[in-house]
Amino acid sequence: MVPHAKPTQVDQANVRGMVTLPDRRSFLQHTACGLGAAALSQLLAEDGFARSTNEFSDPLHPRSPHFQPRAKRVIFLFMAGAPSQVDLFTPKPAMRRLHEQPIPASFLEGLDDSVLKANARVFASPRTFSKHGDCGMDFSDYLPNLATCADEVCMIRSVTTDTANHHPGQLLMNCGQPVFGLPSMGSWLSYGLGSECRDLPGFVVLLSKNGSGDLGGSSLWSNAFLPAVHRGVTFRSQGDSILHLSSPTGVTNRMQQERIAAIQQFNQLRMEQQPDSEIASRIASYELAYRMQVAAPDMLDLSGESAETLERYGVDDKVMGTYGRNCLMARRLVERGVRFVQLYHYTWDDHANLNVKLKENCQITEQPTATLIHDLRERGLLEDTLVVWGGEFGRTPMAEVRRGSSPGKEGRDHHPFSFTMLMAGGGVKAGFTLGDTDEIGYHVTEQPVHVHDIQATILHCLGVDHERLTFRHQGRDFRLTDVAGNVVRDILA
Amino acid sequence: MKPILADDDTVQEAPSADEQYWSFVPVRRSAVPITESGASSRSPLDVFINDRLAQHGVTVAAEASRMTLLRRVFLDLIGLPPPSSFALAFLSDENPDAYERCVDRLLASPHYGERWARPWMDLCHYADTDGYLTDQSRPVAWRYRDWLVGAMNADMPFDRFTIEQIAGDLLPDDNVEQHIATGFLRQTLSNREGGADLEEFRVKQIIDRTEMTGTIWLGLTVGCARCHDHKYEDISQREFFQLYAFFDNADEINIDAPLPGELEPYLQAKPEYDRKRSKLIAPIREELAELMGRWEARMLEAYHKPGQDAHWDRQWEILGLIWGGGLGEGQHEGIEILKQDVALRTHQQQDDLLDYFLKHHGHIDKARYGELKLGELRKKLQDLKRELPRPTRAATMRVALTPRQTYIHERGEFRNHGPSISPGILDCLPPLMASSDPPRLQFARWLVAPSNPLTPRVTVNRWWQEFFGNGLVLTSDDFGKQGQLPTHPRLLDWLAADLVQFGWSRKQLHRAMVATATYRQSSYPRPDLAEMDPDNRLLARQSSLRVPAETVRDLTLSVSGQLTTKMGGPGVYPPQPARVTMEAFGLNEWPVSKAADAFRRGLYTYTIRTAPFAQAAIFDVPNPGGTCTRRDRSNTSLQALTLLNDEVFFGAAKALTARLFAEVPAGDDQRLNHAFLLCFSREPTIQEQQQAMMFLQRQVEILSDDPASVKMLLGDQDIAGNAVEITAWTSLSSVLMNLHEFITRD
Repeated sequence: MVPHAKPTQVDQANVRGMVTLPDRRSFLQHTACGLGAAALSQLLAEDGFARSTNEFSDPLHPRSPHFQPRAKRVIFLFMAGAPSQVDLFTPKPAMRRLHEQPIPASFLEGLDDSVLKANARVFASPRTFSKHGDCGMDFSDYLPNLATCADEVCMIRSVTTDTANHHPGQLLMNCGQPVFGLPSMGSWLSYGLGSECRDLPGFVVLLSKNGSGDLGGSSLWSNAFLPAVHRGVTFRSQGDSILHLSSPTGVTNRMQQERIAAIQQFNQLRMEQQPDSEIASRIASYELAYRMQVAAPDMLDLSGESAETLERYGVDDKVMGTYGRNCLMARRLVERGVRFVQLYHYTWDDHANLNVKLKENCQITEQPTATLIHDLRERGLLEDTLVVWGGEFGRTPMAEVRRGSSPGKEGRDHHPFSFTMLMAGGGVKAGFTLGDTDEIGYHVTEQPVHVHDIQATILHCLGVDHERLTFRHQGRDFRLTDVAGNVVRDILA
Repeated sequence: MKPILADDDTVQEAPSADEQYWSFVPVRRSAVPITESGASSRSPLDVFINDRLAQHGVTVAAEASRMTLLRRVFLDLIGLPPPSSFALAFLSDENPDAYERCVDRLLASPHYGERWARPWMDLCHYADTDGYLTDQSRPVAWRYRDWLVGAMNADMPFDRFTIEQIAGDLLPDDNVEQHIATGFLRQTLSNREGGADLEEFRVKQIIDRTEMTGTIWLGLTVGCARCHDHKYEDISQREFFQLYAFFDNADEINIDAPLPGELEPYLQAKPEYDRKRSKLIAPIREELAELMGRWEARMLEAYHKPGQDAHWDRQWEILGLIWGGGLGEGQHEGIEILKQDVALRTHQQQDDLLDYFLKHHGHIDKARYGELKLGELRKKLQDLKRELPRPTRAATMRVALTPRQTYIHERGEFRNHGPSISPGILDCLPPLMASSDPPRLQFARWLVAPSNPLTPRVTVNRWWQEFFGNGLVLTSDDFGKQGQLPTHPRLLDWLAADLVQFGWSRKQLHRAMVATATYRQSSYPRPDLAEMDPDNRLLARQSSLRVPAETVRDLTLSVSGQLTTKMGGPGVYPPQPARVTMEAFGLNEWPVSKAADAFRRGLYTYTIRTAPFAQAAIFDVPNPGGTCTRRDRSNTSLQALTLLNDEVFFGAAKALTARLFAEVPAGDDQRLNHAFLLCFSREPTIQEQQQAMMFLQRQVEILSDDPASVKMLLGDQDIAGNAVEITAWTSLSSVLMNLHEFITRD
């Protein structure tokens, strides 16, 4: 069962009950392959006897959800910086009529000063839109590949958020409130459901660097007050995929094995003298560290992928390269049972020169994104994998009034009142569009979906009740959705 | 056996419905219980523990071995392991007060302040950057950190320590150090992202200060009453905003806080500087004043009537966002200066605003700006400024230039003003004392007033937690109704009374705690109590605790002989993979520190809020976004990878090897003994000895066939001896420094 109303952090970190380990002789017999395999098979075995112990000693031990899940894992493609919904997903012919006109006052009623932008003028999208798939879903001409996924995705055109600043907005989307110091969605799910993957972390973050601008920031994949084992582990496509995954210079694989085996043996000796369950946990953590060292290179090794796959993901393409590789990596990670994979592409923050910049971002991301969805489908993974696509807010229907936005080089400003997100796979309707905005795409007119609703829905697809996945901290039960959030039932398959 | 409820002996003392909750009741020193357990006790504190154990028919554990105790008290008091020479001398010291003298020495060590500043930095969530998207540097944040270390080393009484941090700027006969102390309130985040609403983020800072103070001194979750009355405590939203009001009129200000030797040259150079500056401006003084006056007028218009002109709205916003950016200066200072009448501004304020205007004039009058050659003037003034030896600055607080009226924020929305409100404390606690002091100073004095029962209880509990793993109140952040009850309420009050009676001396309390028989017990697990007291709340033994992140580092570098003991100064950048900072917001760089600065104590590592130092984060240094009263002690595979593979830790294994070869020129057995003494403050067992020798032998076999690895492992190390033997020892050193025992304080 998913833990709820957990006692305290300290209780959580403590290991209750002593773990029985085999005697030293049998331990050593099994270290011929270099590791304390016997000790660990005892600790980590999936058999019935060990499980009750593991629930306590292994915080990543898989736990059953609150109810039957539709998805087992999530790939969240986070489009940081906020992509322009009016140029990608929501055709608004009426904008032509109002082009370069001041925004009608009726749209601004009741809004506060900081978001008024009263001088800004409507800027009709220069894009052309067409309908795609059997469902007839709208996509702009910048998204030819993503448009082929029309019958796979669920488009939500009525998402709203509370803040128009990047970092607070990103925190709200990922951690549930626009402030530092709260656990990320991936951490919550890792905490609630554990991990089905024994060789890799349960929550992996992939950062793409081929966009421009500064973004990222570990506050977005922080475990905050949840145990550290649930922190998002950043995984890079270049260099050490996990921090300190490579052995030190000069240490061969064989030496590393011997070294870890010796550590396990010394720790085992110590545990015989001082039967402390924390020592057993330490032995387990070294075992997993070793398995990660072995498994990660295999995960990263793309030589088993067909040339066609590599090309579809754009792995070797100069433009799509690192984003494409990360999409492929995301598939390989969920294939191996990683619970939550989050991919960050940045930045869509096009305050100026929208036509050029938006096109660049689409060229980098849209083919690999489409490939990922198709590929998951082809491999039968999409049924129980939930793919989410979206940024922290939207962009204004008006052109941006800021230095450098000369005619022909207009941009759009931050817009918290309406934006579009996509979902696909486990648990959501395919080929379905939810919600709508007014004639210029300023406010939501139909079926508003708040960020907290998105979060509640993602958790729901994984069989988790967002109101019951809580953790006691500083005298309060915290949860991802704070005090809000409704599952968007209309999009559930 | 039925598990013991942590609070079962408090039940008889639990209040009835109409009585005050236990933590709000005045501190009461009760009589030391008369116990028949016969257990050894070294202090009245032990009697409370033994009495509770006796009720369950349990006796305390035996005293820990001398060496275990020595390593424990070193790690607890100064965060470093005992030097081998000290350990050997201690072992042979037969004086009955050898331990007490050792404790006194540690309390007098300057490393004590380094060790004890860190938990306080968790509380005030210290960092060297602003936070949020731009996450710019705060290059003088360390002044406050150094103040903390100094205050702890000087054993500044906790009441004064409190008052100076909350209101040092308001003290009569104030000095610079007392202003630096208010850096405590400057650990809140600053948002300099374009489009950020200035007032919104100022309000967030005030809320943070209010919540932080509530948690640190009162142990109460006052922040829960921000949007509505507290669900569980008797704290109304009005009371939250009364507390908030104490801080609402405090503004951020950076001041000149000269380091030793800085003031004299500055004072000498200043008149000449002023003269030169004045001379540069003189030819166009009036014209410049006229133009700047126009600029100020436009700016103020934008402030008073926003929404009229987007350009000037933006100029106003920029002033608030970028003022002092990259220097860690208060964001609102520029605005506050500009709002002041020219005649009321200080010379310095006027100069600062002029410098700002010359750069960010907002194209008030391009032609005029050109005619007056202000671009040139700006450059000349800038060059001149570089010649002036300015004293190092410090981030502090002051009373706002323009007083603010505080309102309740309806539903927690900062724009949604409810009734106006004056500063005041919680109704459930003793009232403020009548005084003519400014409100913030009154509040600071009230926090440590003898009538306030929470501050001493909450404070001694956090210290107890450091020495025993858990506080007497497990929820050290929450003494309210949602928190847990104390396991030993009378002991808690005894300690709280002691704190006040000892003149709020931190060191005296620490001495008293480590002197107890309870502290000196063995941490050996007790299977007999595994079911009854799995979390060791009754303290029938000590606890084995994984050391904090900084200590993992300090311990390693100390044992390897690499640690630099230099104290204080700006944050340093120990080596870490470049990608860690690449994940940060903003333009943060990680210019890896060279030479000795690469081997400073973990305390001095520069902290980027959006990309914490990797080793620190992996070993549970809390996110500096909020107050943390109790760190997690996780045990993860990323920790294993760090100790195994991080070049810093593997480098330490090489350095330890070099040290072993230098200090023990011959004999593997003797070398191993020395290694165990350094790493674990004990001798190896026979089994460990055999295992180590087998491992060495295997390594020698492997390496003998692999000269390339030997060469790589040796690197540029210059150690007298056989290369294969040295590299085999490097492996062994690294194994020892990866052991659970190494990073555990038993």
